[in-house]
Amino acid sequence: MFDLTGKTALVTGASGGIGADIARALHKAGAVVGLSGTRVAPLEELAAELGERAHVLACNLSVAEEVEGLVKRGVEAMGSVDILVNNAGITRDGLAMRMSDEDWASVIDVNLTASFRLCRAAIRGMMKARYGRIINISSVVGTTGNPGQANYCASKAGMVGMSKALASEVASRGITVNCVAPGFIETAMTDKLNEAQKGGILSAVPAGRMGRPEEIAAAVVYLASGEAGYVTGATLHVNGGMAMI
Amino acid sequence: MSDIADRVKKIVVEHLGVEEDKVTETASFIDDLGADSLDTVELVMAFEEEFGIEIPDDAAETIQTFGDAVGFISKAV
Repeated sequence: MFDLTGKTALVTGASGGIGADIARALHKAGAVVGLSGTRVAPLEELAAELGERAHVLACNLSVAEEVEGLVKRGVEAMGSVDILVNNAGITRDGLAMRMSDEDWASVIDVNLTASFRLCRAAIRGMMKARYGRIINISSVVGTTGNPGQANYCASKAGMVGMSKALASEVASRGITVNCVAPGFIETAMTDKLNEAQKGGILSAVPAGRMGRPEEIAAAVVYLASGEAGYVTGATLHVNGGMAMI
Repeated sequence: MSDIADRVKKIVVEHLGVEEDKVTETASFIDDLGADSLDTVELVMAFEEEFGIEIPDDAAETIQTFGDAVGFISKAV
């Protein structure tokens, strides 16, 4: 339905469960994809799976210089960056009273500051092209909060505010900036939970199941499409009804 | 007209989509040439790229007219 043929997309955190499916979905819709992540092996694997129109762009988002250079490398590899998906994220959980400055700062740096730097770099080319799509992957906990995740919740709420500010700055240039906020999604991270933990989580989800990575990817493809050109500054919640916001 | 002024004018004409004869020495980007705040940022970035210079924010704020831009860039290159 949504055709991204001829568009180029840079996806961070493409080695992870959700990021890989976002890249797959954008690629399936016709886009050229730049796969970014810290670990090269899974990126190479994904690129091999996708075949043509896939580029590996390894980058450690906790290193400012690498972040600054990533969009440029994307442009060199793909000719442009029409679509930017800031999906990469880390957690350093712990109750606030026991949270170190380092754990606070590293989560804010990677999740929020790196996303900002990539937006800033990507917008330059998008302004010239008078077209762009930025999709920032937030989280339901950015709105609801979650004990043990003060740093993560702050970073994810920060992405929403940042996206709204950016959206209003660049709307007149055909660039949209939106967020997708996943709820509980089946990934390697949630696989580690035991049945009792899963049961506890699912009791809070009206849909009665966890979401699947491809359900996040579908939301991203929509926001990346030409059809979504009038949607900007929005947060699309994909959470099975666990928070109706 | 100097080479710098020609290059600046070309950028302004292309970017703002205005007639070349409107881009006079005293023409204000915002008041006379229809630029918005985002346009002025884009213009400064285009000047930086074209001339390989850095225009700090406080200097950028002083560049209001075509003449300001040519003057600043002539000193900076």
